[in-house]
Amino acid sequence: MFLRQVWTIAAKDLHSELRTKEAWNASIAFSVVILLLFAFAFDPSSDQIREFGSGLLWMTYAFAGALVLNRSFARELQNDCLDALIASPVSSPALFVGKALANFMMLFAVELFSLPVFGLFYNTWPPRFAPLLLVMVLGTWALTIIGTLFSALTVNLRLRELMLPTLVYPMMIPVLIAAMTITTNVLAGNAMGFGVRFLVAFDIIFTMLAVVFVDTVLVG
Amino acid sequence: MNALEIADVWKYYGDFPALREVALNIEPGSTMALLGRNGAGKTTLLRIIAGLSRPSRGSIKIQGADARDQSTRQRIGVLGHGIALYDELSAIENLTLFGKLYGLPDPRKRADEMLERVGLSRVRDGLAREFSRGMRQRLAVGRAFLHDPEVLLLDEPFTALDDRAIAVLQSMIQSMRDRGRTIIMSTHQLREALELASHVALLQRGQIVHTGERTQQMLDDTGWLYRTYGDN
Amino acid sequence: MREKIIIGLALFAGALLAWNMNTIFTQLPDELNQGAIYRIIYFHVPANILGMSGFGLGMLFSIGYLVTKDLRYDALAASVTEVSLVFASIGLATGSIWARIIWGVWWAWDYRLTSWLVCWLIFGGYLMLRRAVDEPNQRARFAAVVSVLGSVNAYISYKSIEWWTTQHPQPVLSIRNGGGMAEGMEAPIWWNVLALACFSIILVMVRMRQESFAREIDTLRRMAHAQ
Repeated sequence: MFLRQVWTIAAKDLHSELRTKEAWNASIAFSVVILLLFAFAFDPSSDQIREFGSGLLWMTYAFAGALVLNRSFARELQNDCLDALIASPVSSPALFVGKALANFMMLFAVELFSLPVFGLFYNTWPPRFAPLLLVMVLGTWALTIIGTLFSALTVNLRLRELMLPTLVYPMMIPVLIAAMTITTNVLAGNAMGFGVRFLVAFDIIFTMLAVVFVDTVLVG
Repeated sequence: MNALEIADVWKYYGDFPALREVALNIEPGSTMALLGRNGAGKTTLLRIIAGLSRPSRGSIKIQGADARDQSTRQRIGVLGHGIALYDELSAIENLTLFGKLYGLPDPRKRADEMLERVGLSRVRDGLAREFSRGMRQRLAVGRAFLHDPEVLLLDEPFTALDDRAIAVLQSMIQSMRDRGRTIIMSTHQLREALELASHVALLQRGQIVHTGERTQQMLDDTGWLYRTYGDN
Repeated sequence: MREKIIIGLALFAGALLAWNMNTIFTQLPDELNQGAIYRIIYFHVPANILGMSGFGLGMLFSIGYLVTKDLRYDALAASVTEVSLVFASIGLATGSIWARIIWGVWWAWDYRLTSWLVCWLIFGGYLMLRRAVDEPNQRARFAAVVSVLGSVNAYISYKSIEWWTTQHPQPVLSIRNGGGMAEGMEAPIWWNVLALACFSIILVMVRMRQESFAREIDTLRRMAHAQ
């Protein structure tokens, strides 16, 4: 029952997003623009790209991702859909996990799209793809959990546009640092390092906390 | 077992009680009109019954189970101010979605039946955003009644409905009453409400000041209730 | 009675601080490698100890609110967190001054500093969030969630010097692994912790009273609007 509800919610969000493509278009455009601008700001042919390339990549992911995560619960405000969802038999954790899943898939799609753009502009490519995918999965899940939970928290605030980034970005910093460090190693062909354990622990702890707290946040 | 048992419910905003010592028992099959001025607490109370908000004190039991239980929410239908439909989805997609959320065995079939019932079969594949206001309202009514709820909560149902939507709503309410379902309706529009209601409850400044059967006197003289129990 | 407690604590803490200053500035020798600037540790470490434990305490009070729904727990959480944020700011500032002298830079991006700055940002966001929510119970709920999540980050910051190699000095206090300072150098840190803790109690009490007034005003306003 729980899984079915999760899947229904996730499918609905993805379906809606595919119809309107609002967040998707904004996100893709934004990530391309950032990568382009940074290519002008820093000379992408230098060797230093190996050092700050991963930082640039994850910053792009974080900002482009925020566009997707912001919409997550905000899309339910129109026509009072959020009330209808909360009043339905769908539990708050199911609602949250469903949305997080949809967000994760959208974010991951944007990231996969950005990757070749990044490789093209900066002439860098990981020697082995699998570790990069792993860090992308772990890092993106953490960003998704944080973004979705705070999207739920700020959805009814009048200062939502201001409060969401204020709350979300500091929480994302540890994740981004870990992801950036691992990605630097991966791009250089080295072992991934301690960061992986940190990300896994972070993912588990924050997912648990988010699922526990989401009902408190949604039901007054 | 009562359809609804509200026992000693308080709701605080900060330290201010928006609802005070609210106690109400609603028998199955009755239609309760929840009356009161703006700010009296009708919407607050309805939201708590619908499971959208928790009481600060007290309990709400719907058919013996807590309002927030999943099984309870399965049996409640809510029609509020917003139409609660997704603009970017079609009529059939909207209803099928809610059918799935409510765990109906064949959501699509049920959605088709409901579209037929509210007179929107012709436009089943039209996006909700393209509908006229009246059509959106009829679709909203369809959504609220889709899972055949045993307890129906209506917040200002007749406000801003066009004639056709009112007709659809009234016929669906009537068919629910015929089948012995429970309806709770909060409204300003005394005439329509009192005509449908079997019981009334008057809420004033967060407290229930009168509850009982709807009498002929209330029907004949719609201001009687407020004059007798109100404070003006 | 309340005033007496506040004045009593203030006098005690003031005297303790004065006595401790005397010890620090006149009695202790300069540190072997760092010279005179090492004395900043007597403010930096107590401020950060109080800041970090304050965030943790705020988390406990927040959980207290979530369990009991009593707004006084929320008032405690808010007061303690706000005071802790002040101490965290002092910690960051004193650390920065020390870094400028010893490392030659005002800031370094190692894990301890970064994670503590993140905490500061999160709990700064906590205070901003409180101002953005009108209804007291909703405010308390949301703040409690942020407090718990932020405290995870506080814990990360605490452990950061153990988990990663950092530029920030390794543990020196005898209570942590690998700690230990020269004879007589550690005690003033703890005395300062006590003195600053007394001051923080005063600040929390003042803040609590403000919160209680604010609640009363909010209730009166709602009553007036309900007429």
